Amino acid sequence: MSDITVNTPLTSGSEHRAAPISAIGPVAWLRENLFSGWLSTAVTLVLGYLIIRAVMGFVDWAFINAIWSVPLNANGVAQTQACRELHGSGACWAVVTEKHRFMLFGTYPYEQHWRPAVVCLLFIGLFIVSAMRRFWNWTLIPIWMVTLTAIGMLMWGGVFGLPFVQQERWGGLPITLILSTFGLAFAFPLSILVALGRRSNLPAIKVLCVVYVELIRGVPLISLLFMASVMFPLFLPEGMNIDKLLRAQIAIILFAGAYLAEVVRAGLQSLPKGQYEAADAMGLSYWQKTGFIILPQALRMVIPPLVNTFIGFFKDTSLVLIIGIFDLLTAGKTAIVEPAWQGFGVEVYIFVGLIYLVFCFAMSKYSQGLEADLNRHRRR
Amino acid sequence: MSAALETVAHVASSVRTDAPPAIVLDKVNKWFGALHVLRDVDLQVALGERVVVCGPSGSGKSTMIRCINRLETHQEGKILVDGIELSDDVRALDAIRREVGMVFQSFNLFPHLSVLENCTLAPIWVRKMPKKDAEELAMEYLTRVKIPEQALKYPGQLSGGQQQRVAIARALCMKPKIMLFDEPTSALDPEMIKEVLDTMVMLAAEGMTMICVTHEMGFARQVADRVVFMDRGEVVESGTPEQVFNDPKTERLQLFLSQILRGH
Repeated sequence: MSDITVNTPLTSGSEHRAAPISAIGPVAWLRENLFSGWLSTAVTLVLGYLIIRAVMGFVDWAFINAIWSVPLNANGVAQTQACRELHGSGACWAVVTEKHRFMLFGTYPYEQHWRPAVVCLLFIGLFIVSAMRRFWNWTLIPIWMVTLTAIGMLMWGGVFGLPFVQQERWGGLPITLILSTFGLAFAFPLSILVALGRRSNLPAIKVLCVVYVELIRGVPLISLLFMASVMFPLFLPEGMNIDKLLRAQIAIILFAGAYLAEVVRAGLQSLPKGQYEAADAMGLSYWQKTGFIILPQALRMVIPPLVNTFIGFFKDTSLVLIIGIFDLLTAGKTAIVEPAWQGFGVEVYIFVGLIYLVFCFAMSKYSQGLEADLNRHRRR
Repeated sequence: MSAALETVAHVASSVRTDAPPAIVLDKVNKWFGALHVLRDVDLQVALGERVVVCGPSGSGKSTMIRCINRLETHQEGKILVDGIELSDDVRALDAIRREVGMVFQSFNLFPHLSVLENCTLAPIWVRKMPKKDAEELAMEYLTRVKIPEQALKYPGQLSGGQQQRVAIARALCMKPKIMLFDEPTSALDPEMIKEVLDTMVMLAAEGMTMICVTHEMGFARQVADRVVFMDRGEVVESGTPEQVFNDPKTERLQLFLSQILRGH
């Protein structure tokens, strides 16, 4: 290589030539990554065969042999005979066709299902608007207030001629979205305050924040939920009762807050001391320094672990099933308790899993875009 | 490297002896843990005076100027800046920091803000200046440090010398009465040192009160009214550049100068 470079006459100026076809393009990629030697060729072929077999098997099961709907008998009970005769060689999507309303909305009164459906759409709209940087200003606060009020009115009813639906009957996707949205919307600001508090010069605040994080983080979420649902009411005065969903919500906020606080603290610690000093030397106040200099940089740096925690908590809301709250997963489980549908768990869990996947994948994709966008200043 | 500067005539002095001193350090002592880093440091800087502080590393020179705007706290003695005593009083500290600009060795620009935003942040939020005025002021100072065309770039897109000039402009946008320079050229490549020193000479010629920790002896000869030599937390010698560089009295200064000269 070096010989060639040396021998090239410098005076003529070397021309820019396109790379040979063997070095770029799909052929080169294949050769480099899949067939670079006899061993890698063998591994490629074996794995390729296994993948194709698995995909074909899944396509057979999920689409070709699948049953999409089943007849009902005179009593309105599904006749799942056809599904059972498949003996697992095909999926019985009829369970989803038949039970999707129950899975999505739980025991909410059937004829009122449009209300939780609108609530889900409102949540998704709220997520989309909040994700757009154009709206990252004070207008976001009234947007959230109005949307959340509308969501509350739709779920409870009792106004504008909507029949009242008590909270015990809520279920399914709206519960998952309520728990995770409120959970993260409150836990995130809380975590920032706690992370700042842990680095405070005031000993009382520092100790309080350390104790909070270590205490909550050292306990499983399940035991916190149990405490919220079983123990907490014992401490309340006679006759006073706080909604079970709200208690679970508070437990989730506290738990998520402790975890997120540690992520935010990592970001705060990764900032060079010079940034704090420069802000101090310019006479910025603590909150100006924190708001304009420290947090914008610290949070950008921890977007990946932050979103990791967000996604984790979105799914962890399903743990509320142990205290009898009907979130999406619990509703799915309950849907197949009925004798006619027993044994079709796989289909139900795939359906529920897909819904979780859509939300989590959207968060993940969005965070990647955000990371690239917000870290533009680091590119040269 | 600094030979070019030495041939230039000394910048006219603008020391104002009639006004009260800009900075007074009176028997200042500081410890890092058990380490005694500042020992009975006495220093008076008059309005318009340019003081260059030099000394070997670990001599406490950076710590001393960082005490002046309380990036470090001293434990004994008195520091007065612009007539205000540094104490735990937050309002006094804010007042002092508004009047004292600082330039750091590692620039410490805010990487997530554009050059212009770096310059306007403090005027807008600390001086409560309208945004438009702050931007005009920032452009004026960016022009003075000869990089107005970089205003919309991010610090990471600039060279080290350009970044340090932005840092100087940023400090000047607060219209400080006093400027502190903490080894402003130590982190720069040799070819960029001159552009930063030129900016500082310009500032000196305008009569800015400056305390500058630097090893640039050419700069010291050209602009300093006084050179202060520190070693092991003490002010060992001080005087005009001629006195200090040409006629060192103490052995420690002689040793330091011989090392500096060998290094160049």
